[in-house]
Amino acid sequence: MNTAVFRAWIVSAAEVIEANRDHLTQLDAAIGDADHGINLARGFAAVTAAIDGAATPGAVLTVTGSTLISKVGGASGPLYGVAFRRAGKALGTAPEADLPALGQALEAALAGVQQLGAAREGDKTMVDALAPATRAFGKAIADGAPAADALSALAAAAEAGAAATVSMQARKGRASYLGPRSVGHEDPGAASTALILAALRDAVIRDAGA
Amino acid sequence: MKKLINAADTVVTDALAGVAAAHPSLSVDVVNKVILRAGGPTAGKVGLVSGGGSGHEPLHGGFVGYGMLDAACPGEVFTSPVPDQMLLATKAVNGGAGVLHIVKNYTGDVLNFQMAAELADDEDIEVASVIVNDDVAVEDSLYTAGRRGVGATVFMEKIAGALAEQGAGLASVAAVAREVNERSRSFGVALSSCATPAAGKPTFELGDSEIELGIGIHGEPGRTRGPMRSARELAAIALDAIGADIALDGELLVMVNGMGGTPLIELYVMYNEVASAIAARGGRITRNLVGNYITSLEMQGFSVTVCGLTPELTRLWDAPVDTPALRWGR
Repeated sequence: MNTAVFRAWIVSAAEVIEANRDHLTQLDAAIGDADHGINLARGFAAVTAAIDGAATPGAVLTVTGSTLISKVGGASGPLYGVAFRRAGKALGTAPEADLPALGQALEAALAGVQQLGAAREGDKTMVDALAPATRAFGKAIADGAPAADALSALAAAAEAGAAATVSMQARKGRASYLGPRSVGHEDPGAASTALILAALRDAVIRDAGA
Repeated sequence: MKKLINAADTVVTDALAGVAAAHPSLSVDVVNKVILRAGGPTAGKVGLVSGGGSGHEPLHGGFVGYGMLDAACPGEVFTSPVPDQMLLATKAVNGGAGVLHIVKNYTGDVLNFQMAAELADDEDIEVASVIVNDDVAVEDSLYTAGRRGVGATVFMEKIAGALAEQGAGLASVAAVAREVNERSRSFGVALSSCATPAAGKPTFELGDSEIELGIGIHGEPGRTRGPMRSARELAAIALDAIGADIALDGELLVMVNGMGGTPLIELYVMYNEVASAIAARGGRITRNLVGNYITSLEMQGFSVTVCGLTPELTRLWDAPVDTPALRWGR
């Protein structure tokens, strides 16, 4: 996977966040403060312009992270920012990233998010999408799955993880203030993580088919 | 919902331009979204920086000035500002004695200020951070993000600001800020939701005879929903919650704060009930504030904040202050 694939991922992530802007904001209205879609869309709109000059897969992700930190605000800005920056640093300056390298980047992203946000699985946060997705991807490549299958496993696990947040009571972030009233709603951060990872799957599959 | 705006995405910058036009005592960087005292940093004085989402006016920008903050960083509506803003403010107010960050305990505010403090450290600026978490409606446990920072922020900015103005060092200013936080508790009630300009409609729906108890300042629902009650009953609910956590005796500083959409006449009705309830519980209000100081857009409702005073805290509260939203003694 070369720089063009990573750039295509980020551009398509920006499109899918924009398309789901109101949906994510509605999820946030139920258990937060009704701005998740608005803030992420603003951040990713800035990202698509910023990644033009990035020359490697690692640089694309690092610039994405830095831009999100500068533009999003809230908790999601630093958390997504650190996720992309750590993933970018894990990829280093190599001109291409293979599946194991991508797996390590995902693990670095997850570690960064957990270190900064101190959230564990089951807390009803983006970790509930990112952690199972990272595990499913690691298992798929360990089993020798081809790229398309490994990426499909990644996106499916993220989506299932986001859906599973509906029944959880939030223990981190603004939704935790609601206590038991947070149960019955999908976590907006887990939902946006699933969308971003689905965009990664689509970018890689499009590249393989091209 | 009707709003006095030009466009939803220019609300914050348009308001900052208005602040700049109205208050020559302030220096407003509209592009980078930082409100500073005009005239640059005061040499040898600890700089005070706070910030948070917009929509809580006059907090924080209205408290920039002599005896209170040196800078405020407004984010988008109800969204924490970004580290770039906080770093810019920190550098601008650094008079060589270090900078205090006053951070309300919300995940976004805490994370962004943490990143800004690291960036400031890289530039050899000494930064101390104090977290405000006075809201008794949230259980402070492993199962929540911890108590929210609400009304005590106003007390902290005033009292720490006074001490900094008198030339105290960073450690002392941070210590008095922490003392104010430890001695203060708040509880809020909403009679209506509010609508962010970007969303355009209320964050939650509330029936004509319903209220939300234990709200924060972001239009979010509270801990529980209940039937509307009289001012007297609401004062009792708020003070029972606060009194379960700190002693309501001795000399007290009490704020009855409007959430933005409640008329002052109702806030005075509430203050009367709060004062009676505190007297009945053995407390003596020696200083007070009644008005809109930390709001949630056009939400109807109120919050009560109580701080147990010491002679030193009273002295600092009484010290001169000259900001757009709080002014006395000068």
